Amino acid sequence: MAAHTQENLAPSKPPIWNDRRYRALFYQVFVLVGVLLAGAYIVNNTLDNMESRGIASGFGFMSKTAGFSIAEHIIDYQEENSYGRAFVVSLLNTLLVAAIGIVLTTILGFSLGIARLSQNWLISKLAATYIELVRNIPLLLQIFFWYFGVFLPLLPLPRHSYNALDSVFLNNRGLFAPQPIFEQGFSTIVIAFCVAFVGVIFMVRWAKKRQKGTGKQFPIFFMSVVLLITFSFVAAVLTGFPLSWEIPKLVGFNFTGGVGMSPEFVALVFALSAYTASFIAEIVRAGILSVSHGQNEAASALGLSRGLTLRLIVIPQALRVIIPPLTSQYLNLTKNSSLAAAIAYPDIVLVFAGTALMQTGQAVEIIAITMAVYLTISLVISALMNWYNKRMALVER
Amino acid sequence: MAEATKSYNPGHHPDLAPPSGAVGVIGWIYQNLFSSWLNSIMTVGAVYLLYLFLPPLFQWLFFDADWVGETREACSREGACWVYIIFWFKQLMYGRYPDTELWRINSAYALLVTAMIPLFIPAFRWKQWLSFFLLFVYPIIAFYLFVGGSFGLVHVETALWGGLFLTLVIAIVGIVAALPIGIVLALGRRSDMPIVKALCIGFIELWRGVPLITVLFMASVMFPLFMPEGVNFDKLLRALIAVMLFSAAYMAEVVRGGLQAISRGQYEAAQALGLSYWKMMGLIILPQALKLVIPGIVNTFIGLFKDTTLVLIIGLFDFLGMAQLVGTNPDWVGFRIEGYVFVGALFWVFCFSMSRYSQNLEKKLHTGY
Repeated sequence: MAAHTQENLAPSKPPIWNDRRYRALFYQVFVLVGVLLAGAYIVNNTLDNMESRGIASGFGFMSKTAGFSIAEHIIDYQEENSYGRAFVVSLLNTLLVAAIGIVLTTILGFSLGIARLSQNWLISKLAATYIELVRNIPLLLQIFFWYFGVFLPLLPLPRHSYNALDSVFLNNRGLFAPQPIFEQGFSTIVIAFCVAFVGVIFMVRWAKKRQKGTGKQFPIFFMSVVLLITFSFVAAVLTGFPLSWEIPKLVGFNFTGGVGMSPEFVALVFALSAYTASFIAEIVRAGILSVSHGQNEAASALGLSRGLTLRLIVIPQALRVIIPPLTSQYLNLTKNSSLAAAIAYPDIVLVFAGTALMQTGQAVEIIAITMAVYLTISLVISALMNWYNKRMALVER
Repeated sequence: MAEATKSYNPGHHPDLAPPSGAVGVIGWIYQNLFSSWLNSIMTVGAVYLLYLFLPPLFQWLFFDADWVGETREACSREGACWVYIIFWFKQLMYGRYPDTELWRINSAYALLVTAMIPLFIPAFRWKQWLSFFLLFVYPIIAFYLFVGGSFGLVHVETALWGGLFLTLVIAIVGIVAALPIGIVLALGRRSDMPIVKALCIGFIELWRGVPLITVLFMASVMFPLFMPEGVNFDKLLRALIAVMLFSAAYMAEVVRGGLQAISRGQYEAAQALGLSYWKMMGLIILPQALKLVIPGIVNTFIGLFKDTTLVLIIGLFDFLGMAQLVGTNPDWVGFRIEGYVFVGALFWVFCFSMSRYSQNLEKKLHTGY
């Protein structure tokens, strides 16, 4: 009898096909083999197809002469340059659009989000109208609207440009702004500024230490501004203002000199930032609303001024809520900049997945490179933002 | 004097009306528009801006617009030329689908709308059967109606499809097919099996990390290389697969959010009852998780619906693509803006109503725990 109970108490060992661990192993091997087989099938077919169509493989084409021109380039580029150079040029174009777009959309988005929370009924409703209007219309349509609908037909010829202060011109050839020219001695100003900056850092440290020790406050912000401006100004006076502006001039049918931005670029950046801003505005609004009212009341009970409450209490807590979705909006903007291909702004998709693909026919390599570029950008931005997010995250006991 | 010194009896004297400036229209205006100097300045500025922009806009849209006519000469060019939209209406809606066959698309629309209406009536009792019909039977009917080739219907090539019709087809097929794939991917991502998990994470992050355009490009140039020689891939099918892969990755993340929101107790209770993995997921976890993420699914659908416009880049003529195409017609040069405004307005109505619907759902489904 006793032996019987003993036997029953011993853990039952299931047969191998019912054991969770073996089952998991089996499923995984099954899935892996399936994926590998599918992959092998695709690779095999691709190789066959490429051979029968006479498409070369490998990345050798990157060093061959590209032979096409690129309308806009930040670094030097000629037709006889290689595909590799064309790749770098178009990548820089994509990054330029993304960088400027992110700056503009942040400014516009935060302003709209704050306007949406304004006590002024009209301002709040106007912001809401903008947000609802813009975010419910496809981005590509907006890009087309600004480019084909407004920029090309409605803006004047260069001769009748809209201009601001006779130095910034807008016409159907694009936007032209003065370009700063750094003459000899400008580096002195930069050095002076850097010295002042280091000084400010030390001053802030000292002021914080003093406040902790004695409780005395020091006008940090005011003194920093004074320090930075005085140093730079003195340096500028000593070197004789070594900075001049090259103002764009109308020569023949177009402007020369200054910084010129093509209508494609302006339309793209404009539409991208306007579109993304409508999403950021909602994120900012939600973030600010997420800070509970008690925090505000506690701050005023402590006697903090309105500005200090915002700076020390509300914004740090709101940022915690804002940053993760904001990151994904920045990523969206970067990825959406690929719509440039639709209005022929030479970004990486147009130049690489378009022209280069047509010329070489090496679809696999070129699409892989293009995708890898966006993947890398995505991973880098999200890694940076995760790092920042971790620093800002709530530190709990 | 006697009145001033009189003691007050509680409840014997009428409440004074609030000052006239604090209530009613004037009070509202004062509090919401002119409460401070800054507010007053902003109000005046905003009113001035509205005065600058709104009247010309309405003039252009409605009062100066041309509504009747057959040719571009009917348009005075002072306001919008809606004749242009009316003239190309059929192309914008159906692409180049043959005139005599348009009833097929219309009847599919009608069937879809009639079948959807009872879903929004709370008292309707056979919702499950209706959902089954919509998900499994309706697609087959719609496929035969659109493609034809049997049951006495003429075959219509997908190259002739276009306009709003094509946009709807891509968006709806994309999202409906993406949901089951997304669920499987989300389950895989939360699974204990390292290989399955790694594969799912890789798949999801790959598609989420690249723009839809590159996926579409990939589909249009690489898919033909993937297939054995002689197998020809329909252009629309390639775009559909691309959209499906892309939205499945986003759907997976939405579903994962729902899965994470279900408390551990639910899993443990299901296991304690002795349910197998699939029974636990199918009967306990997914019904709760999917209910939670319905708003997220609707939002994904809105995003996908707007993104379908990108198919014009690989040469399909969706709603926006059709507007672009008729905008280049030599007889009708110079009316692109009207086309964009029309397409934009329709997109806006679709997306805005869906987002309002999802917000309502969110409120309704928020049961407070």
